[in-house]
Amino acid sequence: MTAPLLSIEALCVGFPHRLGDFVAVDGFTMDLNKGEIVGLIGESGAGKSTVGNAVIGLLSHPGRITAGRIVLQDQDLAALSAKQMEVLRGRRIGMIFQDPMTSLNPLMTVGAQLAESISILQNKSLSEARIEAAKRLGDVGIPDADTRMHQYPHEFSGGMRQRVVIALALAGDPDLLIADEPTTALDVSVQKQVLDLIRSICRQRQLGVILVTHDMGVIAETADRVCVMRHGKLVETGVTADVLGSPKAEYTKQLIAAIPSITEREERFRNPARRTGEIDAWLLQAHDREENGAFLRSSALVKEFPAKGASFRIRPPAFRAVDVPPLEIARGEVLGLVGESGSGKSTLGRLLTGLLPITEGAVTYTDHGDISALRQAAQRKRFRRDVQVVFQDPYSSLNSRLRVDHILSEPIRFHGLASRAQTPRLVGALLERVGLKAADGRKYPHQFSGGQRQRICIARALAVRPRFLLCDEPTSALDVSIQAEMLALLMELRRSLGLTMLFVSHDLAVVRQVSDRVAVMQRGKIVELRESEALFDAPEHEYTRHLLNTAPRVQIETRNLEEAL
Amino acid sequence: MLNRIKSDFWYELLSSPVTVISALTIIVLVLACAFAPWIAPHTPFDPSTISILDNNLPPAWEDGSDPRFVLGTDMQGRDVLSAMLYGGRISLLVGLGAVALSTLIGLVVGLLAGFFGGITDTVLMRVAEVQFAFPPILIALLLNGILKTALPADVFATAAVPIMILAIGLAGWVQFARIVRASTMVQRDQDYVTACHAIGLPNHTVILRHILPNVLGPVLVLAMLQIAVAIVTEATLSFLGLGTPLTEPSLGALIQAGSQFLFSGIWWVVIFPGLMLLAMVIAFNLVADWFRDYLNPRLR
Repeated sequence: MTAPLLSIEALCVGFPHRLGDFVAVDGFTMDLNKGEIVGLIGESGAGKSTVGNAVIGLLSHPGRITAGRIVLQDQDLAALSAKQMEVLRGRRIGMIFQDPMTSLNPLMTVGAQLAESISILQNKSLSEARIEAAKRLGDVGIPDADTRMHQYPHEFSGGMRQRVVIALALAGDPDLLIADEPTTALDVSVQKQVLDLIRSICRQRQLGVILVTHDMGVIAETADRVCVMRHGKLVETGVTADVLGSPKAEYTKQLIAAIPSITEREERFRNPARRTGEIDAWLLQAHDREENGAFLRSSALVKEFPAKGASFRIRPPAFRAVDVPPLEIARGEVLGLVGESGSGKSTLGRLLTGLLPITEGAVTYTDHGDISALRQAAQRKRFRRDVQVVFQDPYSSLNSRLRVDHILSEPIRFHGLASRAQTPRLVGALLERVGLKAADGRKYPHQFSGGQRQRICIARALAVRPRFLLCDEPTSALDVSIQAEMLALLMELRRSLGLTMLFVSHDLAVVRQVSDRVAVMQRGKIVELRESEALFDAPEHEYTRHLLNTAPRVQIETRNLEEAL
Repeated sequence: MLNRIKSDFWYELLSSPVTVISALTIIVLVLACAFAPWIAPHTPFDPSTISILDNNLPPAWEDGSDPRFVLGTDMQGRDVLSAMLYGGRISLLVGLGAVALSTLIGLVVGLLAGFFGGITDTVLMRVAEVQFAFPPILIALLLNGILKTALPADVFATAAVPIMILAIGLAGWVQFARIVRASTMVQRDQDYVTACHAIGLPNHTVILRHILPNVLGPVLVLAMLQIAVAIVTEATLSFLGLGTPLTEPSLGALIQAGSQFLFSGIWWVVIFPGLMLLAMVIAFNLVADWFRDYLNPRLR
């Protein structure tokens, strides 16, 4: 066995702060060989990105390496000056960032950006570099590279853009590549292609790759070895199949157990225990109507967004975001809506709940009638009380200037559901109902973690005693262990309160866990709509099959040994 | 000692001595001007207390001075220090009043344009842009000129301060409207606003209770900067003879009156009011700068 390409020894990274330093990485150790991919996995705040940034010398201010060594082929990177690191960056170490939208300069053509890097890093003339750039774009799988060189980043799709970013990272022929969440911003079907590309480049060029990600599926499909991190410390390391197949550390076991299965519906989500309590009785007061039949029906719906342009210019035709056949959601049902970004699933969700005006068609709730025909304020108010939303981003969905008890009491008071004197007690009970403490009402949103904020959002939605909940990617911004808790809470609420739900998500596994029926959307159209079990077990439409095949799975397979070496 | 402070606000403030000095300057100047009738050694505009015999006395540390007049007197025998305090009172009043008016108009226009968008936005912002094309001082001059001819001379003289506030305030609201509109448009698309709609809250509640507090940060910074601008605008107008009357001069009018004697050796009549104006404007600017950095976590 030869010496490793990179070895990190007892690395510590601290962020000095006047009230005590924050230790982001605490004694992290790993080795990386040529032609090998090592995955760094952990939840947000685990310090995995910080390790990558420390290696390439791009720690964000005021972070610094406080102890340990980063040895890249006999050279200790931790001891180098900023100037010396600058020479190494690009030439010895390349980096791929998460968001391909922001890591390219929008004002330069793709070819010019790549040629610039090549000419600087390899001391070539610009004309030579241009020829080389076209070749390299071809190498990363961009068809028709000679023409596409002259295009701007916005003319590329997300996946193609990430390929350009990879070509840029490789412009100086580095030995080491750091990929920081390279596919997190991409759709699953594109994700697989980009991961395959990274894998094949790693093998071909004998690169060492550090793959930083929060997604166990990405690790399972790509990494040879894996390091599990938590609170800046290394929890467990080993060959990927071993760690995922028979995890030793308690934390790794929890992480793996928290991942929702894509192959079967788990019992914890299917049949949660029903809860009854004082607050549940209050929440159920609105539910005195019949429990069978359709909750809502929609005719064929169309939503068009006018193309943007100055008032006097000739406008291109409007963009048709949603064009779907009639839908029906039964009382107490959870309808899953799944699709890739831009498929119109969120827009459809907002059309069905009256948050966006409909271009063509009508949505009719059994208890309220056609919602676009609700003329009187009182009718609209009554409708709004029945239908609530939980959003994706727990940060932007709470008003940071208001205290939590204020956020929760506003809907209760506005709809006159309790007297002023009763409201504080109700707010406390609501907070406890979603798993927080009653005293948390006195805090502001920024004092909570993402998962806790999402619980506050659920409490706010419950505060008006709704019977229908639109969940718009409610777990996409959360860590996997918190995602499982959130799904369990939503499913328990659904059972205890008999809620009807529309569950929008890009994550097939999540949708499978919660939905009774599932609609698959592509480019504004529903391509398949069936019972959840039937759809996942025997997908009929080609696109559904494609989505299911490309979704990363944490399946444990022993990789070819020669390939790993 | 600094390390023991928990609050970010006080820590950031105290670690910037320049800001602390500026803030103290503002506090001292505001208090001194506000309580001018009690603090000032003389009542400079009451003819019965002025003696022409005291005219053109130099500041206390010069030869031939009178200890009663610390910063000297002008050609009519008025105490310069007292005139400055009374003048600063008018300057500050005009500055604060004009900015309050600008902020109010800017907030209303910006919130409406940003929240409703569409035709409301187009109409309001076109009006704002047309006004933005004129320099503020020109608008103030125009308004001042119109009112001067429209109102009887005695009414105009007594209403000098409100007229200045109106003129400068109406000239300055566009910047506020723009900044508020931009922030409102960002906030409008946040999920918490959609959540308000989902609850069914009426638009005025959403705007006032939810969006307004979230756009106030940049408005506060702009307001502080604009106070300095308004004070200077007022001084300019007064210097041009369009502002406050000589019987009730602001700092700008004092400087104008004193500038005529600058070359006759009576420098104190113009230099001291000038320094006070300078200190006021710089202090407001520095505190506003610090506030902008403080509110932008990326610069911390």
